[in-house]
Amino acid sequence: MNNMSVSVTLKGLPDEEVIAPGRSGCPGCGAVIAARIISKALGRNTIMVNSTGCMTVNYAYSGAPLFPFIHGLFENAGSILSGVDYGLRALGLREGVNLVALSGDGGTADIGFQSLSGAVERGHRFLYICYDNEGYMNTGIQRSGTTPYGAVTTTSPTGERRPMQLRKDMVKIMAAHGIPYAATATIAYPLDLVRKVKKAVAIDGPTYIHVLSPCWAGWGFSENLSVKISKLAVLTGMWILYEVENGTVRPTVKITQRKPVEEYLKAQSRFSQLTKPDIDRIQQFVDSKCKEFGI
Amino acid sequence: MAAYPITPQTEIVETLYKSISSGELKAYAIPVESEHSAMSACVGASAVGARAFTASSSQGLALMHECLFLASGFRLPIVMAVANRALSQPVSIMCDHGDSLAQRDTGWLQFYVENCQEALDTILIAYRVAEDERVLLPVMVCLDGFFLSHLSEPVEIPTSAEAEAFLPPPDPHYPTLNLKKPIILGAMPYPPYHNEFQYDKHVCLEYAGTVVREVFDRFAKDFGRKYNPVEPYQTDDAELIIVGMGSMMGTVRHAVNQMRRAGKKVGLARIKMYRPFPYGELAEVAGKSDIVAVLDRDVSPGTGGILYPDVLRSLYALSDRPKVVNFVLGLGGRDISPLTVEKVVSETRRVKKTGLSEKETFWPDANINTLKAWGISE
Repeated sequence: MNNMSVSVTLKGLPDEEVIAPGRSGCPGCGAVIAARIISKALGRNTIMVNSTGCMTVNYAYSGAPLFPFIHGLFENAGSILSGVDYGLRALGLREGVNLVALSGDGGTADIGFQSLSGAVERGHRFLYICYDNEGYMNTGIQRSGTTPYGAVTTTSPTGERRPMQLRKDMVKIMAAHGIPYAATATIAYPLDLVRKVKKAVAIDGPTYIHVLSPCWAGWGFSENLSVKISKLAVLTGMWILYEVENGTVRPTVKITQRKPVEEYLKAQSRFSQLTKPDIDRIQQFVDSKCKEFGI
Repeated sequence: MAAYPITPQTEIVETLYKSISSGELKAYAIPVESEHSAMSACVGASAVGARAFTASSSQGLALMHECLFLASGFRLPIVMAVANRALSQPVSIMCDHGDSLAQRDTGWLQFYVENCQEALDTILIAYRVAEDERVLLPVMVCLDGFFLSHLSEPVEIPTSAEAEAFLPPPDPHYPTLNLKKPIILGAMPYPPYHNEFQYDKHVCLEYAGTVVREVFDRFAKDFGRKYNPVEPYQTDDAELIIVGMGSMMGTVRHAVNQMRRAGKKVGLARIKMYRPFPYGELAEVAGKSDIVAVLDRDVSPGTGGILYPDVLRSLYALSDRPKVVNFVLGLGGRDISPLTVEKVVSETRRVKKTGLSEKETFWPDANINTLKAWGISE
């Protein structure tokens, strides 16, 4: 399947909410906004696997998903997915089911890495979506493998200073497994996210979407600004929107005039400990990554 | 089937893979990347209503520990074969029961088998028990690593028709993940409900013993082999009864025969169903003897054998209960010979005569010279 085009418009999105109201989460939560958009894109013919995190407490426990949903443990979304995939096949029930995982950055890049890598390597058919709030937010803001350089968390109290990268690059790692489709997304570009979800579930193989989901409680901004922060991430190049389809890398949202990272960093108190050299380093990380994408 | 290789379980999985590839066994197999994933995949498959199987040992079983609670908490009828092997460190690939006994509180039923025929039979029995709507709990079938997993013995294998008559295709009596009736699995019920979930699991596991007995009867009808939660041998008039689990009880039976020929009133009670523990049956079988020797092919360090307290509990309420002596032996695959059994019996008789403290744990096959050389006093 080469460069499959999926046309999505705001009007074209279904009115039906596949996520029930009245969940018990933080108002303005970026991850729930992501979950809502994703659920609309998927529809009811979905079985969702979740690993422990904000979307367990904030989403599942209040009965939000209106499709079948299983929360297992913290690190086994990938392996439960594998079992559901083959279990459905054994029963002749695999056709017409969107098998999807919704897990946080912790359950994906860190503790859940092994089971995800294994499931992907074996080529199971599923769409794995990571909602990335850049830390273990459900347990009170601890650093994860995707916490960006310089961010303060309770376990990086002077700012995350991992030596080699801005953050762990999950999309690159997933693409390195040779999967047919991997992509980034974020909540400020909902149609881009919907298009990617629809494209991915139509593919017969392992697919992966990594959704930047701002968390005001963990990042330090006002709760009504989740979408603005998400947009700023893209406009500064801190988050690049692209897809990798059968090895071909393609940006999906092109930024013509990239803003300096400082604008993004100054908007969040988690970056309040940064020195000038830190900010420069982050700008360097971003510049070199953006160069790869011609941004 | 989702499984990860570990000695001495590998034969089981490899043989099943051959059957699946040849089409003889209609199943899907997932070569997962760890045992934690093996049990997780079984949970996923069972949650949608498929029949799931895995096998493991030792480190692998320990690695999937939290997933065992996941399986029993979700009330999924998964069956797992465990080729009993000692846990590292020190490293051992040989047999002892420490691995599965360390999982005794996970809400799984546990069976310990004496020979290969029983291993095969108990897997069939396990599924029928697990999938019974009065049970809906996972089942572990434990067979001694190497002693059973790697030695050959002729067995009667049922035909597909016979097996299917005893164990029909899965027809889940529990809510599954399906598009027609969406459910959420894995919620957090908080203090108002958590206790009641555990109570339900507890009474069902307890009641599972009754279902097991029914299934044993049915199996006897279908295949002519009758099993019991406690398998007694020469216990009716026995003054000394040896209690234990697994293949070593075959050697004990041989030693009992020898001792009976010499006029000693010895018997044995093999625990086949360890969880739920058959307290009543064991009390009936062993209660009338003067003294009971419990063989533990495992140890809870600093405390003693793990089977021992279960035996004590069986006998505690009896007005004229026998003395009970605990032996830890056969760890890490150390062979248990008829001589070891004789030593156990003579130690037990000595305790009966001299009335030594029963709190002591005896290690009848310990190498005193090695211990002395290492400067360890007994």
